[in-house]
Amino acid sequence: MSGRRWWKGSILTTAAMVLIALGVPQVVDQFGLLQLTVFAAMCILALSLGFVWGYGGILCFGQSAFFGLGAYTYAVTAINLGESTVATLLALVVPAVFAALLGYFMFYGRLSDVYLGVITLSVTLIFFNLMNSTAGDAYRVGKARLNGFNGMPSLPTLNVPGDPGRLLDPAETFYLVMACLVIVYVGLHVLLASHFGRVVVAIRENEARCELLGYDVRLHKLLVFTIGGGIAGLAGCLFANWGAFVSPNVFSLTMTSQIIIWVIVGGLGTLLGPIIGCLIMQYLATALGTQQLANTSLVFGVIFLAFVLLVPRGIVPSLRRLALRA
Amino acid sequence: MSDAILQTVGLSIRFGGVEAVRHVNFTLAERELRCLIGPNGAGKSTLFKLLTGQLKPTAGRILFRGHDITGHHTHAIARRGIGIKTQVPSLFDGLTVHEHLWLSARRTHPAERTRAIADEILERIGLTAVANGAVGQLSHGLRQWVELGTVLAGNPDLILLDEPAAGMTHDEVARTAELVREINRTHALIVVEHDMQFVKMIARTVTVMHQGAVLVEDTMDRILKNATVRDVYLGKHGGS
Ligand SMILES: Nc1ncnc2c1ncn2[C@@H]1O[C@H](COP(=O)(O)OP(=O)(O)OP(=O)(O)O)[C@@H](O)[C@H]1O
Ligand SMILES: [Mg+2]
Repeated sequence: MSGRRWWKGSILTTAAMVLIALGVPQVVDQFGLLQLTVFAAMCILALSLGFVWGYGGILCFGQSAFFGLGAYTYAVTAINLGESTVATLLALVVPAVFAALLGYFMFYGRLSDVYLGVITLSVTLIFFNLMNSTAGDAYRVGKARLNGFNGMPSLPTLNVPGDPGRLLDPAETFYLVMACLVIVYVGLHVLLASHFGRVVVAIRENEARCELLGYDVRLHKLLVFTIGGGIAGLAGCLFANWGAFVSPNVFSLTMTSQIIIWVIVGGLGTLLGPIIGCLIMQYLATALGTQQLANTSLVFGVIFLAFVLLVPRGIVPSLRRLALRA
Repeated sequence: MSDAILQTVGLSIRFGGVEAVRHVNFTLAERELRCLIGPNGAGKSTLFKLLTGQLKPTAGRILFRGHDITGHHTHAIARRGIGIKTQVPSLFDGLTVHEHLWLSARRTHPAERTRAIADEILERIGLTAVANGAVGQLSHGLRQWVELGTVLAGNPDLILLDEPAAGMTHDEVARTAELVREINRTHALIVVEHDMQFVKMIARTVTVMHQGAVLVEDTMDRILKNATVRDVYLGKHGGS
């Protein structure tokens, strides 16, 4: 993973993302722009799991827990404060802190990989049930009514920091989400190239050897999990903004399995993979959603199985191998 | 005992009915080179796992330079200065030789110095040519050296080598013996090995283990003449 090729690839990808960010608003209509905005937000979510699972080797089946927590944190804070800046920051911090607490319990408790999967999945489903049962006036946080399964509509969307009256228009929001995506992508690259990142990859390769070299495996995993939680929270915040709406579905089984499918399809152990996987599957979901021929979940399930059985490495690593051989 | 780098007191571990290490009192001086021998299943590797915190003893204590490290975490013990080459090489198969050395040296050195150490060690273990190749592709003999180099790059004060010459050709064994003697100029070592040719090349004091306990501790010459040791190796002492 070290070396010039790695950096060259990431610089190319970054350049492509910046070009798309700048060019797209000039050529697509309002509807297309909104569509691409949510795609980009989901790409950030895909990156969070791609980092935690693909590099940290942490089997997290409940990445949606942090995504949903970010979305709800944003919603509740923005409604109460009537402005978005603090809400956005909290949407990053609260999921990260929650991930740190959960991670502490899991990694310092020396739970095995299988249990990590089970626990993270359970956590997101607990949130799902919890939020679903918050219908009624009794469930409110300050001015914000949680509304149970109906969700929270008409959220205040992003405003210019310090100027709550000046809301971002769709093009500006798109720029912002793309900027977040680029920052997360580049940031993870830099992190993975650092001493910390190289130890994280080494832990994925051989935990015992890392311990014998004097690296605290638990601490490294905890940090990876926490960073992943914060990034997923940011994605949740952007998602809540996009529709000015949040419902318990952000915690649902459908949501969390989607993230896993994106990463599997795109390829574990890369950063580009989760982005590509997310884009393809989201495009498919939109296309399938507008017709009545096939059930979306069924198609997703078939694609998932096909990849696990036929292209277990995922798209990006497989293409890379082909390119290397050519 | 102030000049002891390592001391164990009544160290024991029991797996169900088997006491794999039995009341071991072991002392190693600073910069000492000790060979640890004994038949298969004598408890040599288990003793190493206890010393590095990979297993927790059921009784007894481990002192490293006077500090009680019994029950400490593996990484904390490594940080104190104990490095180990395990019996089955424990490596990062997807990473290159260079990355192994880098990871080991980088924990205690700034980036620039780390690069210099990595190059220096590559030279020393003679693996410069394969520095950028994935370790998973290497032969068992080379993997042994990669692990040895990785341990060296971390510069631990006490180095444990579990069968460092296994799977090596005659020339490689001689080269490893030379390397061990060279390391011993500045470091304390405990070396577990079945290859008696290799042991003869490096040994001064030898500790013999049998059925979890220390049987004798003496110079190499006297160990070779020791009738009990010979019996143990020929299996006459089994089932006592
Ligand atoms: N985790 C374990 N659980 C149960 N028994 C174990 C365990 N580890 C080791 N043993 C037993 O403890 C004894 C000592 O094993 P150990 O690996 O330390 O021997 P050794 O001296 O290193 O032998 P060799 O020369 O073959 O490597 C053996 O009888 C082994 O079966
Ligand atoms: Mg052994």
